[in-house]
Amino acid sequence: MSFELILFYLFSFVLLIAALGVITVKNSVHAALLLVLTFFTAAALWLLLQAEFLAVALVLVYVGAVMVLFLFVVMMLDIKVEPLREGFVRYLPVGAVVALVMLVEMLGLIGLKAMSAQALPPDPAGASNTAWLGNALFTQFLLPFEVAAVILTVALVAAVVLTLRRRTGVKSQNPARQVAVKASERIRIVKMESVSKGGTP
Amino acid sequence: MPFSLHDLFLLLPEAFLLFAICAVLAVDLVIKPAQRDLTHWLSIAVLVATLVLVVGFPAEPGRGFSGMFVHDAVSRLLKVFILLVVLAVFVYARTYLRDRNLHVGEFYLLCLFATLGMMLLVSAGSLVMIYVGLELLTLSSYALVALNRDSPLSSEAAMKYFVLGALASGILLYGMSMIYGATGTLDLQKIHAVASLAAGSSHQTLLAFGLVFLVAGIGFKFGAAPFHMWLPDVYQGSPTAVTTFIGSAPKIAAFGMAWRLLDGALGGLHPHWGEMLAVLAVLSLAIGNVVAIAQTNLKRMLAYSTISHVGFLLLGLANGTPSGYAAAMFYAIAYAIMATAAFGSIQLLARAGFEAEEIDDFKGLNQRNPWYAFVVLLVMASLAGIPPLFGFFAKLMVLKAAIDAGMMWLAIAAIVFAIVGAFYYLRVIKVMYFDPPVQKGALALPQDIPLRWILSINGAALLFLGLFFGPLLGWCYRAMGAG
Repeated sequence: MSFELILFYLFSFVLLIAALGVITVKNSVHAALLLVLTFFTAAALWLLLQAEFLAVALVLVYVGAVMVLFLFVVMMLDIKVEPLREGFVRYLPVGAVVALVMLVEMLGLIGLKAMSAQALPPDPAGASNTAWLGNALFTQFLLPFEVAAVILTVALVAAVVLTLRRRTGVKSQNPARQVAVKASERIRIVKMESVSKGGTP
Repeated sequence: MPFSLHDLFLLLPEAFLLFAICAVLAVDLVIKPAQRDLTHWLSIAVLVATLVLVVGFPAEPGRGFSGMFVHDAVSRLLKVFILLVVLAVFVYARTYLRDRNLHVGEFYLLCLFATLGMMLLVSAGSLVMIYVGLELLTLSSYALVALNRDSPLSSEAAMKYFVLGALASGILLYGMSMIYGATGTLDLQKIHAVASLAAGSSHQTLLAFGLVFLVAGIGFKFGAAPFHMWLPDVYQGSPTAVTTFIGSAPKIAAFGMAWRLLDGALGGLHPHWGEMLAVLAVLSLAIGNVVAIAQTNLKRMLAYSTISHVGFLLLGLANGTPSGYAAAMFYAIAYAIMATAAFGSIQLLARAGFEAEEIDDFKGLNQRNPWYAFVVLLVMASLAGIPPLFGFFAKLMVLKAAIDAGMMWLAIAAIVFAIVGAFYYLRVIKVMYFDPPVQKGALALPQDIPLRWILSINGAALLFLGLFFGPLLGWCYRAMGAG
C-alpha cells in the first residue's frame, strides 16, 4: 500500500465523516464549519490527483469566500433548525431503504468493474494544469465561458429586482443634493422690525 | 486556430441580442418609472431587430466555436418562432403589469435574457452549451415567477419552481456526466459517433444509465408527467404576464434541447429512449387531461392542459424518425402560439384588482363582447383540436407520424385522451355562450390598443395557420430533412 493510497483513504474518511456531520449536527454554525472541512478535504483529494489549480480555487473560492459569507448569514439569521428536522427520525427508515435500493441498482447496472480507475495519461507538453485550463477556457470553451458570465449578470439583475425596495417615509440622505446646496437654502434671513420695549433704562 | 471571424458571424443574432440587452439595461437604469413604456418599446425593437438578423441571416449552416454552436435550418426555424412568441408576450404584458404596479424594466430584461438562453439552447452543439443555455433560461424564469414578491402565492410558486428546477438541473447534469464518462467527449456530434459504435460494449450500460437521467431531466423541464408537480402551482402562482411567457416560448426551446440531446447525441440509443418517452407521453396525456376536468381556475386548467400537450409533443419525439421530429416541432410551435393566445385572453379581461382567472369570470362573455368571445372560442377550439384550426393539424401530424412508425396503441391512447380533454375546453366555450353573465353591461376593454389588436391577430393566426398550414409544415419537414 503506497503512501498516496493511505493518504487517499485518510482524506476520504475525514470527508465522509464531515459530510455526514453537515446534515446531522444540531447547531447550524457547526454544520457550516463542517462543510468548510468537507471542502478542504476535497481540495486535498484533488491535490492527490494533481489537479492543483482546482484544489487552490476550491479553497480560495469556497472556503475563503462562499463559506465565510454563509457563516455570516447563518449567524445573522439565527435559524432554529429543530422544527425543520422534526420528521427526520420518522422518515429515516424510508429514506435509508430508498438510498440502499438505488445504490444496489446502480452497482448492478454499472458494475464495479467499469468504475475501476485508470491513470490519466500525463500531459506530453508537461504544462501545468493551470496553463491548460486557461488555454481551454479561452479557446475551446470560450462561448460557454462567456454565457456563464451572462448567467451571473442575470443573477445580479434578479437579486436586485427581488430584494430592492424603495420605501417611502424613510429618513435618508441624498449626497448629490447635499453637495449641490446653495447658501440661500441654508440660511433664511428674516427681517424684523426693531421693537422698543419702552420704559427700560 | 481556435476560432475565426466566421464563428462570430454565425453568432451574430445572439451577440446582437446580448449587446442590445445591456443597452436596454443601461437605459432602464436612468429613466423615471413614469417613462417605463420606453423600456417596453425598446425591448420590442430589440426583438424585431434580432428577428430580422435571424431571418435575413446570410451565413451558411455550420458549426462554430469548436463545435459549441450549431447553426442549421432547425435552429433558425425555432429561433424565428421563439422571437415571435416573446414579441407577442411583451405586447400582452404591458397593461396587465402596469395595473398591478409590476411594470418594471426587469420584466423585459429577464425575458430578454431568457430569450437569449433559449436561442443558445436550440443552437447548442455540446453538452456544456445545453447546460449553460438552459440555466440562463431557467434562472431568469425563477426570478420572473417571483416578480410579484408581495403575493404569498407567487413566492410559494417561485420557491417550488426553484427547488424542483435545481433538482432537475442536477439530474440532467448527472446524466451528462455519465455520458461524458462513457464517451469521453462533450461534443454532441462526437457522442453520436461514439455511442453508435458502443453498441453491446460495457459502455452501453453506462450510456443507458446516463440516458435515464437525461430523459428525467428533459421530462422535468417540459413538465411531462410524472415530473409535472411544479407546473400547476407555478402557472397559477405567477403573474399572468409571466405565465404567458414561461408557458409558451420555453416549450419550443425545450423541444430544441430534447431533439439535440436525444437525436443529435444519442440517436443510436433510440430503442431505449423511444420507449421511455412513450411512457412519459401516455402518462402526461392521461394525467393532464383527466385532472384538468376538475379545475375551476382557468390558469390551473391550462397548466394541466399543457401537460397533456407535452404528452402529444413527446409522442412525436418518441418516433425517432425525421417525420416524427418534424411533427413534434410543428406541434411545439403550434402549442406556443395557442398558449400565448389563451393566457393573453386572461390578461385582456383582467383589470386592476381583478384577475379574470376563474372559469366563471368568462360567464356570458358573448353578451358582453361578442368579438373577444369569438377569439377565445377559436383559442379553446384550437387547443381542443377541432378542425380547421391550427391545433387540429398539429395533432393530426403527430398522430400520422406515430401511425407511420407503427406505434398504433400510442396513437389510439392519444386520441382517446384528446377526446376526454375536449370536455374542459368546450366547457369554457359553453360558459361563454350559454351562461348568463355575472357582471352586467359591455366589457370594459383596456385602453391599450396594441393589446386589443394582438389578441385578435393571435386568434386569427390560429384560424389562418389552420387553413394554410402547408408552408409552415413544409418548412418543418425540410428543416428536419424529412423531404
